[in-house]
Amino acid sequence: MKIAVCVKHVPDAAVTKRIDPGTKRLDRSGEGSLNPVDANAVEEALRIRDATGDGAEGEVVLVSLGPEKAIDSLRKALAMGADRVLLVSDPDAAGSDLVATSSLLAKALEREGADLVLFGQQASDSDGAVLWAAVAERLRLPLISQVAELTLEGGAVTGKRQTEFGYDVIRAPLPAVVAVADSINEPRYPSLKGIMGAKRKQQDVLSLADLEIEAERAGASGSRTEVLALSDPPPRGETRKLEDDGTGAEKIVEFLAEKRLV
Amino acid sequence: MDLDLTPEQELVRDTVREFARDRVAPVAEELDRESRFPYELVRELGELGLMGLPIPEEYGGAGGDTVSYALAIEELTRIDSSVAITVAAHTSLGTMPIFLFGSEEQKRKWLPELASGTKLAAFGLTEAGAGSDAGATRTTAELRDGNWVVDGSKMFITNAGTDISGCVTITARTGEDEISNLIVSNGTAGYEISAPLKKLGWKASDTRELSFRDCAVPEGNLLGPRGQGFHQFLEILDGGRISVAAMGVGLAQGAYDLAFAYAQEREQFGKKISRFQAVQFRLADLATEIEAGRALTLRAAWLKDRGRPFAREAAMAKLYTGELSNRAANWSLQIHGGYGYMDEYAISRLYRDQKILEIGEGTNEVQRMVIAKHLGL
Repeated sequence: MKIAVCVKHVPDAAVTKRIDPGTKRLDRSGEGSLNPVDANAVEEALRIRDATGDGAEGEVVLVSLGPEKAIDSLRKALAMGADRVLLVSDPDAAGSDLVATSSLLAKALEREGADLVLFGQQASDSDGAVLWAAVAERLRLPLISQVAELTLEGGAVTGKRQTEFGYDVIRAPLPAVVAVADSINEPRYPSLKGIMGAKRKQQDVLSLADLEIEAERAGASGSRTEVLALSDPPPRGETRKLEDDGTGAEKIVEFLAEKRLV
Repeated sequence: MDLDLTPEQELVRDTVREFARDRVAPVAEELDRESRFPYELVRELGELGLMGLPIPEEYGGAGGDTVSYALAIEELTRIDSSVAITVAAHTSLGTMPIFLFGSEEQKRKWLPELASGTKLAAFGLTEAGAGSDAGATRTTAELRDGNWVVDGSKMFITNAGTDISGCVTITARTGEDEISNLIVSNGTAGYEISAPLKKLGWKASDTRELSFRDCAVPEGNLLGPRGQGFHQFLEILDGGRISVAAMGVGLAQGAYDLAFAYAQEREQFGKKISRFQAVQFRLADLATEIEAGRALTLRAAWLKDRGRPFAREAAMAKLYTGELSNRAANWSLQIHGGYGYMDEYAISRLYRDQKILEIGEGTNEVQRMVIAKHLGL
């Protein structure tokens, strides 16, 4: 069983996010880390690899698009137990939008030909939550998203999807793309041995040329969207302030009832 | 000159930071209040490889360097000293003597269980009347019929009396002006362990008084050549000082973190107290001194990793960070005001946990003696 996990190096949660007014892009110069829900995807991949028992053949490959320093985040996933890394890194790929990114990742994934492609549901920086759909479309593979429980059986994957209204249980033949929710598992901590061993694992950094992708199809020129302007959200409209004179709770309930929320 | 951590060292630090925040912080107050040993955390730390971080992989350790070890101890202490000292005493004092001075057979026998954390090791140097003045050691060991027969007692020993304690390495007089180190297994006849000692801080760590009466230890448990005990424990203490210095940095950082957060919540005279220069200057001073203390500590660790002399730097780091942690705990509690004096505020625990960092593994005064000697005085 070969599992590819698409992961992203995002600005660390502790870093105050800033948009560069010149490029209208997120400033990514500060500390970065592994996108939190991607750790859930890595954890799920490791559990599947280790449970299927075909240890020698089972492999978890990390696939990512990002700057060279993204290796720092990928190293954490290697230390957790992933087997190797394929990082697509090229100055011409910087600023790729969703469409361009999906095309680069699909190219990289085609090379791997994994049985299962896992994604974290969304990245903490852009919060797009659609990249997996675009990648599945390009690869012509079935897709299950928002998966809170995953099982593999008889050449198919079954995902229990978490939705606003309950759960959907969907089965798809392999190979397939699955985007996992953070409720799916509790990611392990990298062990010290894993950390020490990570640097000995295979880490391939590929350029656009290595993937035989023309530079025009990546970065800003390969993108279909362009950010024209950025502005703060408008201030909130009319607000009501309740002073608690001992009937605070009742007033809140009244307010919620008025809005038909209870 | 390169002051960057390696990617591995950064990942060790970040992993232990996350572990301390997610696993240790939620239970630290309760463990302290109930003076309860953190068995569950020790098991998890063992699984992560943190109970044998600097021990080579061939003996079941993680094969990490001293810098990584110091970073791990700092991050644990930042959240809780009891958990940190359990790891530090087990590693630097309990396991190290066997790793450094043990025969291949002794290493194969003891290290795998210790490095994995399934067993804990203790180091028995201090006595009621002897600690840094090891010449005053009164515990004796006499070779009789293939056994060392030990008589005497040890004081303030960490990790000796838990359910998973495996052994203690003790210093004993094996002759006139002769000190040797011996490994004593838990459960050896004549080796008695007192009830847990009641302490001001480090309440969740295991501290005991040990007594030995006609305690027969196999001759093969002698560590290294007979009579080398004095040099051996001096070397152990040199390394141990790096971990206690890391605890000083961690405690200071933890106290700073609490004050920094509290100062931005607490309002007085119509504004956050963080807007007052009296508070800002204290935090600015602390942040500066913590950087200095960390640099001193990591440099001692870096020297050790390069096989260069580090005893002078380790003593300096231990002295500086011990006193720094005192200032940090004191100022942080002061910034908390009355709330800081209440048990429910973590700073009250850090304040109690701090003092021992100026006493254990050599008092401030002993560090100054060591440093003065290195200066050629």
